[in-house]
Amino acid sequence: MDQLLEPFGYIFFREALLVAGLSGALLGFIGVFIVLRGMSYIGHGLSHSIFGGFAAVQLFAAQFYVLGAGLWGIASALAINTVTKRSRLGADAAIGVITTASFALGVALFARFGTSGPSFESALFGSILGISPEQILWLVLVSLLAVAFVFLRYRALLFSTFDPEVADVSGIRVNRIEAQLMVILSLSILATLTVIGVTLVAAMLVIPAVVARMLTDSFGRMLAWSTGIGTVSGLVGMYVSYYADVPSGTMIVLVGAAIFLVVFAFAGRSRRRRSAGLDSHVEPVPTTSVVR
Amino acid sequence: MTGTGVGPELIRLTDVEAGYGHEPVLHSVDLHVHQDQFTGIVGPSGSGKTTLLRLLLGIVKPMSGTITTQPGLRTAYVPQLETVNWDFPITVRECVLMSGSSAREQRRIWPWASAEENDRAHAVLARLGIEALADRQIRQLSGGQQQRMFLARALYRRPQLLLLDEPTSGVDVSTRHDVLHLLADLHADGVAIILTTHDLNGMAAHLPHLVCVNHRVIADGTPEQVIRPEVLEQTFGARMEVLEHLGMRVVVDERPEHFMRVQP
Repeated sequence: MDQLLEPFGYIFFREALLVAGLSGALLGFIGVFIVLRGMSYIGHGLSHSIFGGFAAVQLFAAQFYVLGAGLWGIASALAINTVTKRSRLGADAAIGVITTASFALGVALFARFGTSGPSFESALFGSILGISPEQILWLVLVSLLAVAFVFLRYRALLFSTFDPEVADVSGIRVNRIEAQLMVILSLSILATLTVIGVTLVAAMLVIPAVVARMLTDSFGRMLAWSTGIGTVSGLVGMYVSYYADVPSGTMIVLVGAAIFLVVFAFAGRSRRRRSAGLDSHVEPVPTTSVVR
Repeated sequence: MTGTGVGPELIRLTDVEAGYGHEPVLHSVDLHVHQDQFTGIVGPSGSGKTTLLRLLLGIVKPMSGTITTQPGLRTAYVPQLETVNWDFPITVRECVLMSGSSAREQRRIWPWASAEENDRAHAVLARLGIEALADRQIRQLSGGQQQRMFLARALYRRPQLLLLDEPTSGVDVSTRHDVLHLLADLHADGVAIILTTHDLNGMAAHLPHLVCVNHRVIADGTPEQVIRPEVLEQTFGARMEVLEHLGMRVVVDERPEHFMRVQP
């Protein structure tokens, strides 16, 4: 028993656990909108894009890497949105060009100049070590911002996610909502980057939301389930990574994937579909003539 | 297209050209939508029916010409059922409530509905006969119930003008009749209605006013004025025979000589 509780004696582990749980919750929460909008690939692309900003900013002002990478990510998100809407390029092509170029730049800068902050491997796969109080504060602030955004814009978000065209007609500024969501997504990826890593953060955007969708047909409950599954994945993944001695991000994603497999195996049985009967109808007796 | 031209004018299109990118789909459209309107827009696929509807909604902007809309006009839209993501995790009640009847409701700072909003949503669902389905996920509805749900969402906005894109596409005869009767009731309550339809016999012939569209307005008027072989040939590019049936026009394809008659 003492052995199981051993890591809780270290303050760095308690902080890492807090950050992992909160990161999972935040990504699970935002991931619902990303998955339902069919934007899973944008989460994947944005995390890679932010890596480029992360590396570039460290060259010039390592202490401001959060701010710099955040701006880089927001700029990438808005560029993807703009290119997709204003050109013949599809979203997947725009994401492919913008984010992979940014990621390649990040790799090149890391390889050429190294880093004064987190290691290359930590940035890619997450790390249990080196979580600063500033990062915790940053994550808490972004989480509060995300919750406030969803709370205050719930109907507009729901409507524009379900039926953007009719939402637009009904007076909701769909483009503005999308841009705001992109900004929140960028900040969320950035805030969770050090624990989960850029290559794995997209998985935590998708897995909890997909599992939650299998568990409920209600949007509100899907938000709650996804947040909960993200939290559990973060906490359990971080805990196991301590013993397994592997990057925290990999174990968090593996726990999420295990939950997915279990739910996937059983979800089919619980789903029922109903169809209502159709009303009867009697046609009148015809009397017909030709119109010339 | 002017309908019967009674009641206040809601929307006026003057010499409008519209399309997508740089390619116009509609040319020289003049349209006056009045409060008493109950109009079906008919035409072949790709003729610009939906584009005309989207012009009225403001989704498509005119390339040339002008559109004048009554200030504060409340418009509601019922999309084609085929365009909806039925796997979206949402219940009938949530779907109705999401639209909000005013900008104030949509900007409300708490996510849950007030008692007044819930009561109003219940009343709308009851009017359409689907109040018992309020907590069902939308995929669990039949085609007719899905159509009623979107009508409920539209009515929840208390619209002056209701636009529907192919409301009877893919539904059975019974549902088609139900939808027609519902729309007639709404029109009697003072809601202007414009819909697109492919269905000349099941839908268009029952409406008081029709507009035939094929990249421009070919003809408009009552079914008796519009459902004529020469107008239909201009609109659909195919010869059709028109029969008189219980005082209504019925369109049948002109039977080509090489078609075989099916033996009973």
